[in-house]
Amino acid sequence: MPTAVTVAPPLDRLSLPDAGGHFGRYGGVFVPETLMTALEELGAAYDAARKDPAFQGELRAQLKHFAGRPSPLYFAERLTQHCGGAKIYLKREDTLHTGAHKINNALGQAILAKRMGKQRIIAETGAGQHGVATAAVCAKFGFECVIYMGAVDMERQALNVFRMRLMGAEVRGVEAGQKTLKEAINEAMRDWVTNVRGTHYILGSALGSHPYPMMVRDFHRVIGQETREQILAAEGRLPDEMIACVGGGSNAIGFFFDFLEEANVRLIGVEAGGRGIRRGDHAARFEGGKLGVLQGCKTYILQDTDGQIELTHSVSAGLDYAAIGPEHAFYRDRNRIDYAYACDDEVLEVFQLCSRLEGIIPALESTHALVHGLKRAKQMRKDEILVINLSGRGDKDVNQVAKMLGVKL
Amino acid sequence: MSRLAAAFALARAQNRAAFVAYVCAGDPDFDTSLAVGRALLANGVDVLELGVPFSDPLADGLTNQLAAQRALESGMTAGRVFELVRRLRETSEAPIIFYTYYNLVFANGVAAYVQAAKDAGVDGILTLDLPPEEAGEMAAACRAHGVDTVCIVAPTTPDARIAKIAAAATGFIYYVSREGVTGVRDQVAGNIPEAVARIRAQTALPVVVGFGIGTRGQVAEVAAQADGVVVGSALVNCIRDNLANRAAIVPAIAARAADLSAGVKRA
Repeated sequence: MPTAVTVAPPLDRLSLPDAGGHFGRYGGVFVPETLMTALEELGAAYDAARKDPAFQGELRAQLKHFAGRPSPLYFAERLTQHCGGAKIYLKREDTLHTGAHKINNALGQAILAKRMGKQRIIAETGAGQHGVATAAVCAKFGFECVIYMGAVDMERQALNVFRMRLMGAEVRGVEAGQKTLKEAINEAMRDWVTNVRGTHYILGSALGSHPYPMMVRDFHRVIGQETREQILAAEGRLPDEMIACVGGGSNAIGFFFDFLEEANVRLIGVEAGGRGIRRGDHAARFEGGKLGVLQGCKTYILQDTDGQIELTHSVSAGLDYAAIGPEHAFYRDRNRIDYAYACDDEVLEVFQLCSRLEGIIPALESTHALVHGLKRAKQMRKDEILVINLSGRGDKDVNQVAKMLGVKL
Repeated sequence: MSRLAAAFALARAQNRAAFVAYVCAGDPDFDTSLAVGRALLANGVDVLELGVPFSDPLADGLTNQLAAQRALESGMTAGRVFELVRRLRETSEAPIIFYTYYNLVFANGVAAYVQAAKDAGVDGILTLDLPPEEAGEMAAACRAHGVDTVCIVAPTTPDARIAKIAAAATGFIYYVSREGVTGVRDQVAGNIPEAVARIRAQTALPVVVGFGIGTRGQVAEVAAQADGVVVGSALVNCIRDNLANRAAIVPAIAARAADLSAGVKRA
């Protein structure tokens, strides 16, 4: 671990972003003019909602009764024994309705869209978890729902496509480019530009233009807030280290946020190393990415020397994306959050290990956090505590994993 | 007077709107694109708007997305786009503007990019995803190198923002006549005269209208109301429709431009 680096002085985590959506030099608003007014309206509506006890009360109630919060903090006894080091706890976002943390944000934005009088919801999805969560809240609240999904992702996540359709969503395949998450976001933004007056776009990660990175983070803060209470109840102290996977970075920023000012808690985000850190073979933005502007915000992006966005690869559709959320880039510069990566083959191995030892099938995305977590646990002392955010469950991934293992279902 | 200002002044003196033609630089390949640019400028085009091909053109409809993809697949790079402008400049003094996305400008330094554009012969830059709130560095670089900025006003833009946008623009205001992405539509949007009046109330810059305009009748309708008319996808379609026989692209697009540009004369 980079213990020798200087950590920047403490910062009030709530002071960011600024009014223009900036986290230092990251973030901001980089969209076509047609969307500017909609983003300003959304920012104002969210600002009013978050201060409104009625909004917060409804959100809390829905998180409890519809999503199934609080999610457990689970002591992974056999994984702990297996590693022989730190005590490993799993924050069980995989137990939530629709299968992942994504429901926190989908509920928050749906309740907000209802307040704003919107009738139609659009969303992008990579692995399909955000699409499923959005489809579920749209069914629940009676919104018309259109989900954009890359054609490649539709194939590797066919089960989630069917789930969304069962809940009444229209799933539109995107054939452009490499047919994954980035292209789905482009297409959702084109839809939003065209139908901006009656449509709300439920962006699914801590990405894009202000106010999305802030708003999505806020809706996921509940993960870290619960973790704090639960670990204090279980252990009487805060953890030594917390680990989460990072695609856009919504589960990680929600998990980490209320620990940012706890200097003794190490925070590590894990990116997708894919087939290895070579151009086009991975999605680890801090391994070869550089500062740029994509899909609404300034952040670290995998791109070529001209600024064309590079192809990415990951075994997990949810991490297969060329840009990282701007708040992550900010805290990396300050050495407050460290970043590592896990590769496809390690992920496949730990996917099976966790299933076998704990009876928990993790999402391929979350398995990236587990891969790094198990490595770290082995290096840590037995009296240290490690909490890994298990952001989603792996039911959606079993077909793909079976195929990769050569198993005919 | 800049080339852009001169083009609008000439059109005004001739009691017509300026005809602005969009094609993607390098679509479908460098040599054809150069011939296309020259043919456009020889057939009534006052301002050539060159799309700089980007991997993720989120403000563009399918026609222009595919054009960008063809250009990139043919090997267009930032350097080749500048080279295309230099070659066009050998035979024309007409204004050439870039229609681009900010990451391409930002990637190797905004000031260096703007200077390279100026050196190649570019007169103005329209950056689709760069609202005035984030445009400080770009505005300074354009001012320093004598490159005009072109800014977009949308139907959703309130009056207070029009003032802010107008303050950031130096070349012209590009009014996007409808909510949506680029592409040909059956009908011109209905609210154009009111929108143009709202913009003119706040700026003396020329107001150019684009998005969804593709026939001579539509050009004439818009030309009666604005200082300039942009046609893009209808021209790009001349490229798309002749990909199997690239020699046919130039005559097709020249004929199309001649026909459409005749629409800018006011009665």
